[in-house]
Amino acid sequence: MLEVRDLEVAFGPIAPLSGVSFSLAKGETLGIVGESGSGKSLTAMSIMGLLPLSGGRITAGSIIFDGQELTTLAEPVYRKLRGGRLGLITQNPMTSLDPLQKIGPQVDVVAKLHLGMTSREARARTIEILGTLRIPEPKTICDRYPHQMSGGMKQRIVIAMALAADPDVLVADEPTTALDVTVQAQIIRLLDDLVKKRDLALVLITHDMSVVAQTCDKVVVMYAGRAIEHGPVEDIFHAPQHPYTQALIGCIPKGLSEDEHLTGIPGTVPTVVNYPKGCAFHPRCKAAQAICSTDRPGFVTKGQSAAACHFAGAVQ
Amino acid sequence: MLIPVSISISVVIFMIVHLLPGDPIDNLIRVGSSPDDRARLIAKYGLDQPLFTQYFRWIAAMFQGDFGDAIVLRRPVADLIAQNLPYSLQLGGLAFAFSSIVGIIFGTISAVTRSAAVANFMRGFILLGSTVPGFWLALLMILFFAVRLQWFPVSGARGWESLVLPVLTIGFGGVALVARVTRVALMDVRREDFVVLLHAKGLSSTSILMRHLLPHAMLPVVTILALRIGWILGGAVTVEFVFGRPGLGSLLIRALGQRDYPVVQACLLMLALAVMIGTLVGDVAQAAMDPRVREAKK
Repeated sequence: MLEVRDLEVAFGPIAPLSGVSFSLAKGETLGIVGESGSGKSLTAMSIMGLLPLSGGRITAGSIIFDGQELTTLAEPVYRKLRGGRLGLITQNPMTSLDPLQKIGPQVDVVAKLHLGMTSREARARTIEILGTLRIPEPKTICDRYPHQMSGGMKQRIVIAMALAADPDVLVADEPTTALDVTVQAQIIRLLDDLVKKRDLALVLITHDMSVVAQTCDKVVVMYAGRAIEHGPVEDIFHAPQHPYTQALIGCIPKGLSEDEHLTGIPGTVPTVVNYPKGCAFHPRCKAAQAICSTDRPGFVTKGQSAAACHFAGAVQ
Repeated sequence: MLIPVSISISVVIFMIVHLLPGDPIDNLIRVGSSPDDRARLIAKYGLDQPLFTQYFRWIAAMFQGDFGDAIVLRRPVADLIAQNLPYSLQLGGLAFAFSSIVGIIFGTISAVTRSAAVANFMRGFILLGSTVPGFWLALLMILFFAVRLQWFPVSGARGWESLVLPVLTIGFGGVALVARVTRVALMDVRREDFVVLLHAKGLSSTSILMRHLLPHAMLPVVTILALRIGWILGGAVTVEFVFGRPGLGSLLIRALGQRDYPVVQACLLMLALAVMIGTLVGDVAQAAMDPRVREAKK
C-alpha cells in the first residue's frame, strides 16, 4: 500500500533526513520510533506532501502509494489524496483545530470535499463517525467549539477528520504524546481497532517503545535523521541488533520494584548541523570502536530485520 | 467602566482648556474698551466664578442637553457642532472605509505573495504610509493633483471631487497601518498547528486563506479599526485644516485659537466620546468573532 525508499529531505543546504525506507500493507501497523529530533515527524510530513509548508523538500528517494509515485505528484492531484486516501493525525490536539469554528463544520468539510457529499449528508456522516469513536452525544458536540472540549475529545475529533473520507493510509504523528496517560491508552486502542475494522494501513509515529510493542506489526527505529534498524516487532523486541534499539528497549520500565531505577540513554540527539561522522550514534554508544567514528555502517540483514551497525548483533 | 472614564475625561478636558494662557474675552472685546467693560463681559460668561463652580455649571447644563453658547462665535455650541459634524463624519467615514478595505487587501497580498518585487513594494508602502505625516502628504497631493494636474479642487467641500484628496491623504496612513497589522496577523496564524491539519484535509490554499486564516487575522485588525473609530472624527484635524474643509477639526482649531472655552470643551468631549464608543464597538466585535472571548465574558 505504501512504500518509502531511501527518502531524503532537505531544508536549503541542510539535510535532516536521509536513507529512510519502509513498506506497509493494508491492515498493518508500522511504528516509527526514535527520540525527539530524529526525523519522525519529517517522515510523516513527507508522506502527506506537506513539507513545503515548513520550507522543506524531498531531494531523493521515492514514496509510492498504491502504485503511484508521490514525490513528483502535482499539487492539485496530491490535494485530492490528502484527507481523501491519506489521513493525518497530529501531535497536539489542543492546537489542531481551528478555535473559531464549530466542531461539526470542521469535520464535515472532509466528506464534502472528497466524497462529494451535501452539507446534510456530510453532517450525518460526521455524527456517525463521532459515534464510532465513542464520543458521547455526537450531535451536540457538532455545535461545540474546540475550547469547550478536553484534549482526549479533541484528539478523537482530529481522528474523525482523518477518517471522514475513508482513507487507506493513516499517518499518526505522536497521537498520544500530549494526552493524559489514561486517555493515551484509549486512543491507542481506538486506533488499533480502526486498523482491524477498516483494514487501514497505519503509520504510528511515537517515542514510546511500549506503545510500539502493543500495537505495531513492524518497526522502524530512527536516529539522527536515519533509519538504523527495521523489522517485525517481535524480532526487534526479542533480539534487537542495534545498540541504540537495545538502549531504547532498556529504557522501558518493567515494573514496580524498590531497587529499579528509570534508565535513560546518556547524552542527547545531535542537532541537524552537528550530525557526527560515521555512525551518528557512536558518541553515545557503549560498544563504539574506532571504525564507528569514521565509516557509516550499512544494513546487516538478519532474518526479516536489518540493522545499520558495524557490530550488529555482536553486542548485547 | 464607561461612566468613571467619562467623568475623568470631562474633568481633564475642562482643566486643560482653562489652564491655557489667555481667555476668550481678549478676542471678543473691542480695542479701547475700559477695564469695566471687560469685567462685565467676564461676569456675563461666568468666568469670574471659581473653576469648581464653572465645571459643575458646565456639567449640569450638558446633562440637560445644553452645550452652552460659544463666547466668541456667539452661537449655541450645539448649532456649531451640528453644522460641522456631518462633514467630519463624511470625510472620516470614507477614509475609514477606504483604509479598512484597501489595507486588508494590501496586507493579505503582502503576506501571501511569492513575488519578491510585490513583497518589497508592499513593505516600502507600509513604511512610507506609517511615517509620512498627513499634513505634508496633503500639501504634496494638493501640489500634484490639484495644482499641476488640476484633477481635483484645491480646497473646499463641494461635491465628491473635493473629497478625493482628503480621503486619500487620511486613508494613506490608515491603509499602511491596517495592511501592517493584517500582514503580521496572517503570518502569525499561518504558523499555527491547525493550519497543517487544514492542509492535511485536502483544502486548497485559497479556501484555507479565506475561511480560516483571514477570520483569525481579522481579530487584531478589528481591534485597531475599532480604536480608530475615534480617529474618524479627531484624526482629520490637520487635514481638514490644510484642505480648508469645514468639520469638527477645523472648528476645534479655530476655537482653540480664540480660547472659546465652550466650543473647545464640546469638541474635545465629542472626540473622547468617539474613542470610547470605538473601544466598546471593538469589544463587542471581538466577542462576536471569537467564541473564546464570548465564553470569558459570561
